[in-house]
Amino acid sequence: MNNYKTIAETEKDIIEDFALFDTWEEKYEYIIDLGKKLPPLADEHKIEENIIKGCQSTVWLIADYRDHKVFYQADSDAMIVKGLVSMLIQVLSGHSPDEIIGAKLDFIREIGMMNHLAQTRSNGLLAMVKQIKNYALAFKSIKTIEV
Amino acid sequence: METFSTISPVFDVDTIRQNFPVLSRQVNGNPLVYLDNAATSQKPRAVIDALSKYYTLYNANIHRGLHSLAEEATAAYEATRYAVQKFIGAAAVEEIIFTRGTTEGINLVANTWGRQNIQAGDEIIISEMEHHSNIVPWQILCEEKNAILKVIPITDEGELRMDVYKNLLSDKTKLVSITHASNSLGTINPVKEIISLAHQAGALVLIDGAQSAVHLDIDVLDLDCDFFAFSGHKIYGPTGVGVLYGKKELLENMPPYMGGGEMIKEVSFEKTTYNELPYKYEAGTPNIGDTIALKIALDFINKIGKSTIRKHETDLLTYATRQLEDIPGLSIIGKAPEKVSLISFVIKNIHPQDIGVLLDNQGIAVRTGHHCTQPLMRRLGIPGTVRASFAMYNTRQEVDKLVSGIQKAIKMLS
Repeated sequence: MNNYKTIAETEKDIIEDFALFDTWEEKYEYIIDLGKKLPPLADEHKIEENIIKGCQSTVWLIADYRDHKVFYQADSDAMIVKGLVSMLIQVLSGHSPDEIIGAKLDFIREIGMMNHLAQTRSNGLLAMVKQIKNYALAFKSIKTIEV
Repeated sequence: METFSTISPVFDVDTIRQNFPVLSRQVNGNPLVYLDNAATSQKPRAVIDALSKYYTLYNANIHRGLHSLAEEATAAYEATRYAVQKFIGAAAVEEIIFTRGTTEGINLVANTWGRQNIQAGDEIIISEMEHHSNIVPWQILCEEKNAILKVIPITDEGELRMDVYKNLLSDKTKLVSITHASNSLGTINPVKEIISLAHQAGALVLIDGAQSAVHLDIDVLDLDCDFFAFSGHKIYGPTGVGVLYGKKELLENMPPYMGGGEMIKEVSFEKTTYNELPYKYEAGTPNIGDTIALKIALDFINKIGKSTIRKHETDLLTYATRQLEDIPGLSIIGKAPEKVSLISFVIKNIHPQDIGVLLDNQGIAVRTGHHCTQPLMRRLGIPGTVRASFAMYNTRQEVDKLVSGIQKAIKMLS
C-alpha cells in the first residue's frame, strides 16, 4: 500500500480529485463514499485502548510496524469522519516514521476540510492525527533501540 | 427608555425577525436557518445597542463612585435587578443575585448552602435527565461530605418517574435539584408538585431554569422553589450574565461564596464583616454592561408578551413534530405531552453528527451530540441526538427547510 508514492504525491492526487468538484454535495458524496468503502475494523480491535474519543463521534485507530514502515487501520461510528479517516490513512499508511512525523497534511486545508479538524468539531480527527504521529514516534524509538 | 417601534401586539414573525440582525446573514451560501436556540439565543438590535451604548456613554464602575457616570451605570445595573425580580415574581429585590450563568448559580448554592448544610449520610436527589451543570456540583459536594446522590429515573417517553421520586424522598433528603425543562428532551417537569413533595419531606429545592425562563411563565412564589437559576444568554440577552434567585432567609444564613471587594461591610485583619444581600454574593466588579443589556432583553420579551411568544413556539413545535414523524427511519426522542419548543431525534443507521454536518452545509444550524446530558443518552442507549430548538424568530418555512435538509442528508448518507 502506497509503497510507490510519497506522502506529498498522494496528497497532490487527493487535491486534484477534489478540484473536480463544483458543489459541496459532490465533495461530501465523495467523502461519504470513501467512508462506506473503508473496511470496518474487527470488533476485537474496538477496545478502550484504541479509542480516540471526540465529544460527538468515536474513532478507533490501530498501528502496525513492518519493514520499517507504519501501517494504520481505523474506523469511526460517523460516516463523514470515516471518509476523512480513509483519506488520512491513504496518505499516511505504509510510510516510514520520519515521513509520517514530518507530514504537514496541507491537503486537508486545500480540499476545504479544515473545519473538520478544528477543535470545535470534537470529532476525534485532530486527536487521531496526533495519535498517528505518536505511533510513528513510538515505532521510531523502537527501531533505534533495535539498532 | 428603549422603544421597539416595530413591535405590534399582533405577532408578526417577519417584523420580529427584522429586530435580529444576525438572521439576515448567509451560511455556506444559504440564508441562515438558526435552530440552536437551546444552546444560545440570538440578540435583538436593541440589546446589542444597549451594550454598545453603555461602553460609549456611561461606562463606569458601579456602587463605588459618586461621579455622574458611576451613578448612571449603577442605576442602569440595579434597574435590571428590579426587572428580573418582576420577571420571575420574586418577593424582594435582594433575592436576585447576578451570576455568570446557570452553572455558576448552581455551583454557588452547592458551595455555600451545600457545604454548610450537607453532612455525611445526607441525600441529594437529582434526575436522569439533568444537564451536567446540575449533576457535577452535587457529585463534588457528595464526595466531599460523604453524602449520597440519588437519581430519579425517566420513562421511555422522557418523563420523570414521579412514583419513584416519592419513594426516594426520605427524612435524609436535604435537597432536590431538578431541571424545569430538559435541554435534550424538551420535557417540562411538574416542578410545583416536586417542590411540594420535597418540602413535605423537609428538603429544599433548586430549580434549573436554564431552558424554562425563556419559554414559560416563571413565578417563584407560586412555585415556592428555594432557589431558581437561569442564564441571560438563553433569553435573548448577552452571555456572561445569569441570575440566581434564593429565598431571603436562606441567602441570609448562607456563608459567602467569593470573597473580595463589594461583598464586604468592613475589612480589617482581625475580622471582616460581610455586606447585606444581594451584594454579599456579588464580589468584585461585575459584568456591568451585559447585565444592563439583559434588562433590554426582558423588556423586549415583555413587550411582545410571553404567552404570545409561547403560542408561536408551540405552533412551530407541533408543526415540526408532525413533519419529522413522517420521515422514514426517524425517531423522536422525548415524547412528553408537555414540552418546550425543542425536538431531539435520531435516524436509523445514521450518526447524528453526519446529519449535523450536512445540514450546516445547507445553512441550517442544529445541535448534535449528547447535549451535556451523557447519563440521559446512556439511559436511552444512544450516542447522541440531533436537536432543533425554536425561538420567537423562527418560522414554519424554516421548519420546512429543516425537513427537506434532513431528507437530503439521509439520501446522501444512504
